[in-house]
Amino acid sequence: MISREVVVQNQVGLHARPATFFIQKANEFKSSIWVKKGERKVNAKSLLGVLSLGISKGTEITIIADGVDEEIAIEAMVKLINSNFEE
Amino acid sequence: MNNPLYDNNNYPFYVTLHQVVEEFHLEPIINYEQNRSKKVFSADVNRPGLQIIGFFDYFDNTRLQIIGKVETTYLSNMTSEQRYISFEMLFSKNIPAVIVTRGLDIFPEMIEAAKKYNTPVLRTQDTTSRFMSALIGYLNVCLAPRVTQHGVLVEVYGEGVLILAESGVGKSETAIELVKRGHRLVADDAVEIKKVSEKTLVGSAPEIIRHFIEIRGIGIIDVKKIFGMGAVKDSERIDMIIHLELWQEDKHYDRLGLVDEYTNLLGIDVPSLTIPVRPGRNLAVIVEVAAMNNRQKKMGYNAAEELNQRLMEEINRRSI
Repeated sequence: MISREVVVQNQVGLHARPATFFIQKANEFKSSIWVKKGERKVNAKSLLGVLSLGISKGTEITIIADGVDEEIAIEAMVKLINSNFEE
Repeated sequence: MNNPLYDNNNYPFYVTLHQVVEEFHLEPIINYEQNRSKKVFSADVNRPGLQIIGFFDYFDNTRLQIIGKVETTYLSNMTSEQRYISFEMLFSKNIPAVIVTRGLDIFPEMIEAAKKYNTPVLRTQDTTSRFMSALIGYLNVCLAPRVTQHGVLVEVYGEGVLILAESGVGKSETAIELVKRGHRLVADDAVEIKKVSEKTLVGSAPEIIRHFIEIRGIGIIDVKKIFGMGAVKDSERIDMIIHLELWQEDKHYDRLGLVDEYTNLLGIDVPSLTIPVRPGRNLAVIVEVAAMNNRQKKMGYNAAEELNQRLMEEINRRSI
């Protein structure tokens, strides 16, 4: 299991549309992936779960991945966030 | 169950003094305004009977201190100087706050000592035992260990059923069909679970996504708007857990139900079942039956045991 901290930088935060890109990306991987904000940790493959965190601009989140492709998964998730969801 | 989400992520939860004051309509006597955001971490409270006579062994200074009739009567028999010394010792321990019950008069020495250490003093009109039990109950809920689970929480025939499965197995579809059949949705996708006592887990939805559900191909729907008030609930006790998983041909599934299985959540063993999913299997009906069966077991009847008993009687009769 590996984890990486990242700060969400896009203007409006993780609202509905960027969140769908986010979960689509997470669903490409076999590993279990979670997003953690403060005390709460949710499944990164679940739309409502990710939305429930209410991630705004400047929020620090932790991406956690566990599974066979955890390295590539975490790399891809962090890259997506750092690209401000330009997909 | 080897799932990192079952970790008891042990976070120091707290409740602010302001929340306590609002909940119990406490009357601020002194030092409240500047200490509104002071955090209370302990769900236990203390009546400082022994502390006012100077005994501080095992004293837990994270607890709220409750002063009632007994302490007040004892203190009123002291001289003013003794009383001040008593309060000074107590207030110097950096306690979160002192709450005086029964609307009792506040000693001027208490105010003095409170001023010296900037300790808030509050007052309630309630009697001591009643106030204490209400306060402990409230603190236990606010400070309860908690975890967020990826799953669905529904109330089926009065039973709180937590459905857990991987993404895409059909949790939300099962939930929506249960709602259509007259049951209630509590949370979809993210379920916030609190351990409110040594026996009880209570689940609810995070405020932002409350009563929303996601169905692949349709998108997000508002269950309360579509199905009405009777289709939703804000929180529910978790009575059983159902694990849904794609049917694995080589796996052995329970056929009898003689052995009770449990899933441990936040240190509590919750009765659980694993139900294999195959296209065309009506999961909502299965969940309904599982809920009723769990209820029946709680009421002391186990169908598998009953069947076994009948069988044994028959065998014994024949072998005579």
